[in-house]
Amino acid sequence: MSASLSITSATVDPALLDLPWNLPLDEWPSETIASLPKGISRHLVRFAYLSGYVIAVKETTTEMAKGEYDMLRTLQRLDVPCVDPVAVVAGRMDDDGDSLASVLVTRHLRFSLPYRALFSQMLRPDTATRLVDALAVLLVRLHIVGFFWGDVSLTNTLFRRDAGAFAPYLVDAETGKLFDGGLSNGQRENDLEIARVNIAGELMDLQAGGRVEDELDPVEVSNGIVASYRSLWKELTGSEVFASTERWRINERVQRLNELGFDIEELAIRTDEGGTTVRIQPKVVDAGHHQRRLIRLTGLDTGENQARRLLNDLDSYSATVARDGQEVDEEQVAHEWLIRVFEPVVTSIPRDLRGKLEPAEVFHQLLEHRWFMSQREQRDVPLAEALTSYVNDVLRHRRDEATVINPPTESITLPVDVVDDEDDVDWRERV
Amino acid sequence: MSSVTFDNATRLYPGGTRPAVDKLNLDIADGEFLVLVGPSGCGKSTSLRMLAGLEEVNDGRILIGDRDVTDVPPKDRDIAMVFQNYALYPHMTVAENMGFALKIAGVGKEERATRVLEAAKLLDLEQYLTRKPKALSGGQRQRVAMGRAIVRQPQVFLMDEPLSNLDAKLRVQTRTQIASLQRRLGVTTVYVTHDQTEALTMGDRIAVLKDGLLQQVGTPRDLYEAPQNVFVAGFIGSPAMNLFTADLTEGGVTFGASVVPVDREVLSSASGKQVTVGVRPEDIVVSTDPGAGLEVVVDLVEELGADGYLYGHSEVDGKRTDVVARVDGRLHPSIGDRVHLIPAHDHIHAFDVESGERLNKAIVTA
Repeated sequence: MSASLSITSATVDPALLDLPWNLPLDEWPSETIASLPKGISRHLVRFAYLSGYVIAVKETTTEMAKGEYDMLRTLQRLDVPCVDPVAVVAGRMDDDGDSLASVLVTRHLRFSLPYRALFSQMLRPDTATRLVDALAVLLVRLHIVGFFWGDVSLTNTLFRRDAGAFAPYLVDAETGKLFDGGLSNGQRENDLEIARVNIAGELMDLQAGGRVEDELDPVEVSNGIVASYRSLWKELTGSEVFASTERWRINERVQRLNELGFDIEELAIRTDEGGTTVRIQPKVVDAGHHQRRLIRLTGLDTGENQARRLLNDLDSYSATVARDGQEVDEEQVAHEWLIRVFEPVVTSIPRDLRGKLEPAEVFHQLLEHRWFMSQREQRDVPLAEALTSYVNDVLRHRRDEATVINPPTESITLPVDVVDDEDDVDWRERV
Repeated sequence: MSSVTFDNATRLYPGGTRPAVDKLNLDIADGEFLVLVGPSGCGKSTSLRMLAGLEEVNDGRILIGDRDVTDVPPKDRDIAMVFQNYALYPHMTVAENMGFALKIAGVGKEERATRVLEAAKLLDLEQYLTRKPKALSGGQRQRVAMGRAIVRQPQVFLMDEPLSNLDAKLRVQTRTQIASLQRRLGVTTVYVTHDQTEALTMGDRIAVLKDGLLQQVGTPRDLYEAPQNVFVAGFIGSPAMNLFTADLTEGGVTFGASVVPVDREVLSSASGKQVTVGVRPEDIVVSTDPGAGLEVVVDLVEELGADGYLYGHSEVDGKRTDVVARVDGRLHPSIGDRVHLIPAHDHIHAFDVESGERLNKAIVTA
């Protein structure tokens, strides 16, 4: 190991020192390397094991690694969903004393997947639309904190399953910049245009690889991000004016935002001089409305949509225990639901199947499964019965998504993927 | 293709006390390669982003050709930010990678093929059009990425530190490629860098900024030979120009034991009894005469073959001052030697000590 190796890290893990920093990343031995679904990357990125978890190691310049490390830490402080920066390793040298590229180390998010790994054979239009909608939410959240991304794409995002939707995480902050005074409309529009072009490119690439269903139109799907972004942005930041007799509209606005998964932390309310009209505009909004409620009631930390789903189940449970309009204590019922409904489901998942999906996602899928069973059999299927059927017929046949480890391979992610030439095709037909 | 005009363009960030870009006036000719250069925080990237439509213009205007684009959204400005992202799609051919954005923009198939072919010829990629990116070298991949911008046929190319993530060798190679490609394409280009060597080697003209203010705009030679103020003098050139505070005497300025003659106008226009004198390392002569020039102790000699650079220090105006001089690579002094340095005749730059503005005429070299 080189004497000049420098590791910058907020939470130093001594095991970092044991990784083979004296080797170029593409020569790391297979026992160090973890196999994970790959994305497209400009830099060489590989996954390795560190103290029981998986890390992503990206080779880049020292300056860029440090910049991105700091940026990710700032974004984390701002509560933006992004990967967890672990360290910057600079001053690497091989055994001949030649210098090697610096690296940025991030922690792999359990159960997160690149978009290319979210479908098994062919991408369906509705899955693509859900991915694009998820990315729109992430982009709005980033823009609200003043972050200009500069390279918005599906590739630069990781997705966790979230009760039928996807929860997005930013993975590449390399081109991003934070503006204290917030973003201009031009900056937001530019990010949106970059997103539109990149998503279309990514979907066209899948199309060229024969991995999308025929009815999926890349351009149409990618245009979807613009509408999705704009409506959310308007709802979260737009001002509205109404007569002062319509004050219920304040509550309505708050509820609409809650439905979208946001809480209003600060709302500007202004009346005109005569007091006949009121103008309201959210000033500070926070994502995670349902997540926070679920954590408060049960301590469960899940995706926003999973939380929504679990809360629905909790609320209906609550309705069944309430007797004749009798007041029930919300927290007490939540505790009861947790130990009588949720935990029994989670603990009855066989140990060998627990790496398939997150517990909250299993619970969501189980509820879906029970609904389908009940529909099919025209009866109210009990949860225990649905669970047995779900575990045996569905969960057992899924692949593990916590971290895909077997088999270890030599080279995981290359700047570009391997594809054969098709010289006999006239390129004019393909432009 | 089009000219670009910054007309008193000003950007004041909310809560800022002074503008990030202050009344910038700059005319960029059709087809010109203009480099915006300056230290971090000087306003160069902000200026570029104003042109791109990414920053609000609080005062003044920006024109592309005759069209006022001050309030036009970025995608309607007909500009291309090059290298902003250069991800290549593995399943698509070079032709598809270059042309897919045109497809999104609704450009017809024939037109797409024509433009892709034109760009491929310019980039020496014609024979690779049916290949996949995997089958290309690193440099070829970069050219494909450039092709993505070229096929759009924008009025103006904008590049913000595009080489910053490349290693030193690839940076020099790509620098040359971009400059020669820009000349072949003839598209007006605005290029931002903090690296003055990059600016000098690439730009038709260079605009130097500091603290949001335009310091000077001119050809690389203008900036090198006639820096308009002390800041430009010290910023442009590597190794940097030597700058000393020197006393004015009758007929010239003192330089150690010597008096170096300067123009009459310097003597009459200086605001005090001293001036800042600037001498480039190559304009210094090493003298063996102990009674001449500035006595310098040699700290280091950097040998570069035929030439070398002498790094030393001296006492000027009671302060230790570092000095750099170009010396013969074979016959140079050794570390610890005391040598006497004299500026070559007619090769000194004089600046006002208070305002920092240039006092003498431009130095003309053959």
